[in-house]
Amino acid sequence: MNESIVDWITETDDQGVLWLTLDQQGTDTNVLSSSVLDQLNLLVDGIVKDIPKAVVICSGKTSGFIAGADVKEFLAVTNKQEAMIMIKRGQNVFSRIESLPCPTVAMIEGFCMGGGTELALACDYRVGLDSSSTKIGLPEVKLGIHPAFGGLVRSTSKINPMHSLEIMLSGRALAMKQAKAMGFVDLVQPKRQIRRAAQQIAFSKPERQSLPMLGKLLSLPGVRNLLSAYMKKQVAKKAAKQHYPAPYAILDVWCQYYGNKKRIMEEEANSVARLIQGDTVRNLIRVFFLQTQLKGLGDKKYFAPKHVHVIGAGVMGGDIAAWCALRGFTVTLQDREPKFLSKAMARAHKLYARRIKVLHERNAALDRLIPDCKGYGVEKADVVIEAIYENSEAKHEIYRDIEPRMKPDAVLATNTSSIPLEELAKALQEPERLVGIHFFNPVAMMPLVEIVKAKQSSRQMIDRAVAFTLHIGKLPLPVKSSPGFLVNRILMPYLVEAVFLHDEGIAPEAIDKAAVDFGMPMGPVELADTVGIDICHSVAKNLSAAYDISVPAGLEKYVDAKKLGKKTGSGFYQYKNGKAVKNRDADLGDQKMIQNRLIFRLLNEAAACLDEKIVDEVDLLDAGIIFGTGFAPFRGGPLNYSQQKGSETITGTMQEYGSQFGERFNPVKGWRLLKSE
Amino acid sequence: MAAARSKKYARPVFIVDGSRTPFLKARGKPGPFKHAELGINAARPVLQRMPFSPEDFDEVIMGSTMPGPDEANIARLVALRLGCGDKVPAYTVHRNCASGMQALDSAAMSVASGRSDLVLAGGIEAMSRAPLLLHDKMVGWLAKWWGSKTFSAKMKTLSSFSPAMMTPVIALLKGLTDPVVGMNMGQTAEQIAYRFNITREMMDQFAVDSHLRLHQGHENGELSEIEPIYDSKGNLYDFDDGVRSDSTIEKLGKLRPAFDKPYGQVTPGNSAQITDGAAAMVIASEAAVKKFDLPVLARIVQTEWSALSPSEMGLGPAHSIAPLLKSQKLKLDDIDYWEINEAFAAQVLAVVAALKDKDYCKSHLGSRSAFGEIPHEKLNIHGGGVSLGHPVGASGARIVLHMAKILQQRDAKRGIASLCIGGGQGGAMLIERESN
Repeated sequence: MNESIVDWITETDDQGVLWLTLDQQGTDTNVLSSSVLDQLNLLVDGIVKDIPKAVVICSGKTSGFIAGADVKEFLAVTNKQEAMIMIKRGQNVFSRIESLPCPTVAMIEGFCMGGGTELALACDYRVGLDSSSTKIGLPEVKLGIHPAFGGLVRSTSKINPMHSLEIMLSGRALAMKQAKAMGFVDLVQPKRQIRRAAQQIAFSKPERQSLPMLGKLLSLPGVRNLLSAYMKKQVAKKAAKQHYPAPYAILDVWCQYYGNKKRIMEEEANSVARLIQGDTVRNLIRVFFLQTQLKGLGDKKYFAPKHVHVIGAGVMGGDIAAWCALRGFTVTLQDREPKFLSKAMARAHKLYARRIKVLHERNAALDRLIPDCKGYGVEKADVVIEAIYENSEAKHEIYRDIEPRMKPDAVLATNTSSIPLEELAKALQEPERLVGIHFFNPVAMMPLVEIVKAKQSSRQMIDRAVAFTLHIGKLPLPVKSSPGFLVNRILMPYLVEAVFLHDEGIAPEAIDKAAVDFGMPMGPVELADTVGIDICHSVAKNLSAAYDISVPAGLEKYVDAKKLGKKTGSGFYQYKNGKAVKNRDADLGDQKMIQNRLIFRLLNEAAACLDEKIVDEVDLLDAGIIFGTGFAPFRGGPLNYSQQKGSETITGTMQEYGSQFGERFNPVKGWRLLKSE
Repeated sequence: MAAARSKKYARPVFIVDGSRTPFLKARGKPGPFKHAELGINAARPVLQRMPFSPEDFDEVIMGSTMPGPDEANIARLVALRLGCGDKVPAYTVHRNCASGMQALDSAAMSVASGRSDLVLAGGIEAMSRAPLLLHDKMVGWLAKWWGSKTFSAKMKTLSSFSPAMMTPVIALLKGLTDPVVGMNMGQTAEQIAYRFNITREMMDQFAVDSHLRLHQGHENGELSEIEPIYDSKGNLYDFDDGVRSDSTIEKLGKLRPAFDKPYGQVTPGNSAQITDGAAAMVIASEAAVKKFDLPVLARIVQTEWSALSPSEMGLGPAHSIAPLLKSQKLKLDDIDYWEINEAFAAQVLAVVAALKDKDYCKSHLGSRSAFGEIPHEKLNIHGGGVSLGHPVGASGARIVLHMAKILQQRDAKRGIASLCIGGGQGGAMLIERESN
């Protein structure tokens, strides 16, 4: 065919079916770059001239079908025209494929995301591989946009809008079973049958996927308004419009223009061209790349552990053990007596029931999680994680016991959040083997793990800890061993400020609203209640010894009164059925001032951490705070936010606050390391 | 290593280690663990102690009499779920009450013949999960119903239905009834109690001792082979929960006969409990012991199987112990400890009586004189089936494992583990421990 076609392989089989295999050069993962789309366009030129019996589009990669559009290209877009050119390129090719006179099939093996799904929807039929790694989705909202290559239009016109809209709004990926039930794929077949299935469906030409009766009903003009209003309400519970406009835009485009095929295509493109220019998209793409950056900090091949031994079956230890077994590791879990394992085992059963839907896979995870009060696993483990209560003598005693029994090259890690590793390593013959692997609660939900590099930790052990973290599907962030490491240290002044505000008589509802409006996933007061006020108090006390953080009197008062938050049913809030009872009519006070006071403390501490080189660079710090605390992702991290906002502007206001509210607001010298955009 | 003295095993066979689940009394509904889960929980702890990987086993052999309908060849299921990998073959053996011991003997034979060097063997039974079956008449009716195509045929079939067909067949009861002589197991115990004049008081006293000994054993930590297990709610099970530390002869005296009603003497209180449990052991050749530097708990010296009338199946142990002692040229006093599975208190007492009865030894055991009396203080020193239950497929492995542990705890040399087998058989295994 054409010399410029390097990423697509074409082959016509003896039945006259043309197989278009995407095997993008120089990468392990197919993405729909401009070049890949242009090449596809050229291929369609050829197909139109000489129509084959059928066309099957598939992937030459073992990793998956197509991961989506080329996100890097979004960042190069500077204005609406450029955005429209990019969008139209995709829309045009896909529309041409849709109108080919011969049957077209997308054969989906492995993940099929975003633009990949849009291409698949442009085909007459979609055949999915029956495997747990095959997933289909339209996750564009996660980057602040929505499908633009006709995906919004085609998904809502083939699949019940209840489902197709929900999939676009949530961005979640579907397993094949659900995908088939909803109509995203027509067939699900095992590897041994999938090629034949793709051929046969093209030849037998069954009726193509179209809206079911209910779907048609929901797409009627008036009904659309109702459904869209309802869905907006649902979205508002999770994402505020001013921070995340994309899901609202999806509903607007569908609601206003559905039924007018030409117009809605146009509006779909316009909407994304508008969205793509805002900071939100840039910052969310930044978050996407930060994730890749963290994953790139280590090499899974460097260390391939199989067995993890966890000592301490409390909430953290138990959940770490359950998570590692879920991720395929053999895990032995030790505590002083069998009874201390009960809660951990119950939580593991619950986690697996939620996460693993296939019974035999769930059993396999349970089989891998081995209660081991006698600590036999120490001798077999490649990674030993100590997660007992915070007491250095008790930890020393354990280290002295296990060190001689451990495999010579096994990693010894502690999940401590408050005891210096240098102090803990004193009990070891080989102190260089101790590193910190610091998880966050709840383990199954929090993507970040801090890898704490103590002064004596060996490079080799740190690299292994990073590789292990990648193996269990978490994001590793190497941090310097200093009190609070990165995440707790930056979070604590923000929480403490919330308690100061509360001590000053401001309603917790007002404090939490200010933070949530900024984009935090949960307000600081509710967070303190959720974590446990006693725990906050002990972390704050621990940090106050090292840094200039004073512990507010309010914290101690609640600890003394045993009002420890959610777990005791009462803290700053009262709890009913595990939910905070909030006063809707609370006086909101000066929201701007409250928000500034909370966020400034966090930013100031972030600048201090940058200055002290707790992590190596700005990006890593932002990544840590986003993935470790849920810090407003659309703001791209605290330092990114400071720079976008202008660090001088922020420090200027901070100085005013310093004279008004106390020295804690005086900008630290780390701010000089930040530039303004 | 000591040279093999066994005439029966061509190469020495070693018990390396073993562990078991607590034995959990059936409470009238399916217990918290399926067969496979019991097997896995029994084996995982001992595997953690081993310096080798589960993939190093040459084979896995499990005894089990009624694994669940989705657990065919339970040994293979357990092997795979324990992480033995695709390449370790596994099979399940069934010799009724001795299935667990049969698994050990099969492992021993395999090692002795040179076929295997390292075998995981044991027994598994979740008796609480024995299925309820449809009556043959019900199955026939269902076949007819599915075959009735027209409305009128369906109506006709419907009219032939009778609710009595729905009465389920209890597989457990079927399994405990001998189809050849038409007696249930309890009646065979009554039979031999009658033959050897075992009184109700003797039975109940034996049962009380069983409970108190087990209780004491738990208290002293002498059942270290038990490993804790957790159900899906996180509930912990860490001891044999059928034990009654407050058992007295008065309390047991109040129970009514369960089998020969109303005049019999065998009651639920002096019979084995219906129980769920599993045990697993590592059996190794000399080569494997050397290769992995394995500790050795004991050596399996010889196993004897015998058979007799199903109506007197309870005397099976006597029929196996006699040739075992003879073949090894040992006197009864040479044996330091005895584990005779307590299917029924009456039955164990009858075995003891038979071995000291000159006439019986002469006429049935081929011996000119009596073997002598097994001392009560050397027999079932930590209780048995009456107190901790008799999960049919698991008991044979449990008694051998516990015997090995007793020899280790008490630095003793020889022990015999033996059990009676429904259908009229007996099995006995002699194990020896090198003195420290």
